[in-house]
Amino acid sequence: MARQRSIFDIVGPVMVGPSSSHTAGAVRLGALARAIAGGSPRSATITLHGSFASTGRGHGTDLAIIAGLLGLAPDDTRIPDARALAAAHGLEVRFAEADLGDVHPNTAELVIETAAGEHVTVRGSSVGAGDVEITLIDDFPVRLTGELPTLGVIHQDQPGVVAAVSAHLAAGNVNIASMQVYRERRGARALMVIETDTIVGDEVAKAIAGLGGVIGVRAVPAV
Amino acid sequence: MAYTTFAALADAARTHGSLGMAALMLESDESGRDIPTLRAAMEAELAVMEESITDGRAIRSRSRSGLTGGDAARVADGPAVMGTAFRDALADALAVGETNARMGRIVAAPTAGASGVVPAVLFAAARTNDASRPDVVNALFAAGAVGAVIASRATLSGAAGGCQAEIGAAAAMAAAAGTELRGGTPDACGQAAAIALQAQLGLVCDPVGGLVELPCVMRNATGTAIALAAIELALSGVRFPIPFDEVVVAMGQVGRSLPPSLRETALGGLAATPTGRAMGERACAPGGETSVD
Repeated sequence: MARQRSIFDIVGPVMVGPSSSHTAGAVRLGALARAIAGGSPRSATITLHGSFASTGRGHGTDLAIIAGLLGLAPDDTRIPDARALAAAHGLEVRFAEADLGDVHPNTAELVIETAAGEHVTVRGSSVGAGDVEITLIDDFPVRLTGELPTLGVIHQDQPGVVAAVSAHLAAGNVNIASMQVYRERRGARALMVIETDTIVGDEVAKAIAGLGGVIGVRAVPAV
Repeated sequence: MAYTTFAALADAARTHGSLGMAALMLESDESGRDIPTLRAAMEAELAVMEESITDGRAIRSRSRSGLTGGDAARVADGPAVMGTAFRDALADALAVGETNARMGRIVAAPTAGASGVVPAVLFAAARTNDASRPDVVNALFAAGAVGAVIASRATLSGAAGGCQAEIGAAAAMAAAAGTELRGGTPDACGQAAAIALQAQLGLVCDPVGGLVELPCVMRNATGTAIALAAIELALSGVRFPIPFDEVVVAMGQVGRSLPPSLRETALGGLAATPTGRAMGERACAPGGETSVD
């Protein structure tokens, strides 16, 4: 496990059952997808793969992902009522099952329609003990765990953008824990995924969004 | 990091007075959180454990899959042939397992599927001894420290080590903590943990339909019975000659030599029996008539 082992990782966490991977981890996947898409989605098409597809119903994986999309935490007792809550909040959900290829058995792919009508694809896996990994955002293969606050920056692949973003983080007194940069191809769109020790505040995020070459910015909290 | 061997944990317990205090001091040092804060956080988990028992004992219907439900209530109203303390412990273990199976709130200890053993054993040990709430909180830290030793030297994952790594580990944690709650020395706690874990070496993870229900809920009860037996034996002065640290390593080795079919994949053991297969297919079929109610 990536996390430092605490007594509360052994006796804990408090969670809604029945499964840390198929339920608690699925809530976290939904919550990360919500944050990556930038808040309350209008609709989501959720494709379940492998063990998520075959045993997901009995584990409430569908309800757990919906709960996460609604912003509920893994210990929220409203998780079993997630479908009714989604209807009440105007969130339309559709489920499908498919073989997504050579991925972890507990994998889901979410195509989210945001409140602004944009579409975002997020793929992630629940890798055990409630730990998760987002492995794909739109066309970018990534690795994002949600254990730390994370800043996503979509930008043009051109010199100086990475330095400018990190300068703004430094000026905002935000410490970088890890940083990955992915590009579609040379000179095309690129994605920075930056894990930080503290959440990036609105002002710093806005300043980064205004940089030359930056297309979009998203601050994703730890879940 | 928590203590990685029971020997080191027991040494620290001799300095600090108990396994629970030793675990609490180290957790405070490493997390930077003070002891009252940590105690309050554990007491909050204790309250969730109590609620999960109350909720589970009230369940009279089946779970979402239809595989489990109603046994905790059955046992709580049962004949108590071995006395009420034993009956109530079994009912509590089933209650947490059933609460978990129907998407209620539980405290993973060390996993969601094995979450009934630690509360059932500790509440039984506390009830029969009029232990105070702070004593039970202390015992939960002891249980956590023993679980951390197992995580460090072997595994707490059924997919990696079989059920011995989940219910087996939970029973070892509960046996050690319950022994301390009843006044046992750190050495006696280690004996109890070793006795509880050795009884479950080789126990496979073979969930019907791949769901955390059958036999998981049942094994919370039988794992509780083993932990209670281990406490009785250890506090009588019975010694298990192989130290707990070595039993844990053996558990990890046995787990690694289990074929994948017996590690949570639902391809072997009870899951592969004719009845298990039929029940699993029914439970996982889309659009079945069972529901959360």
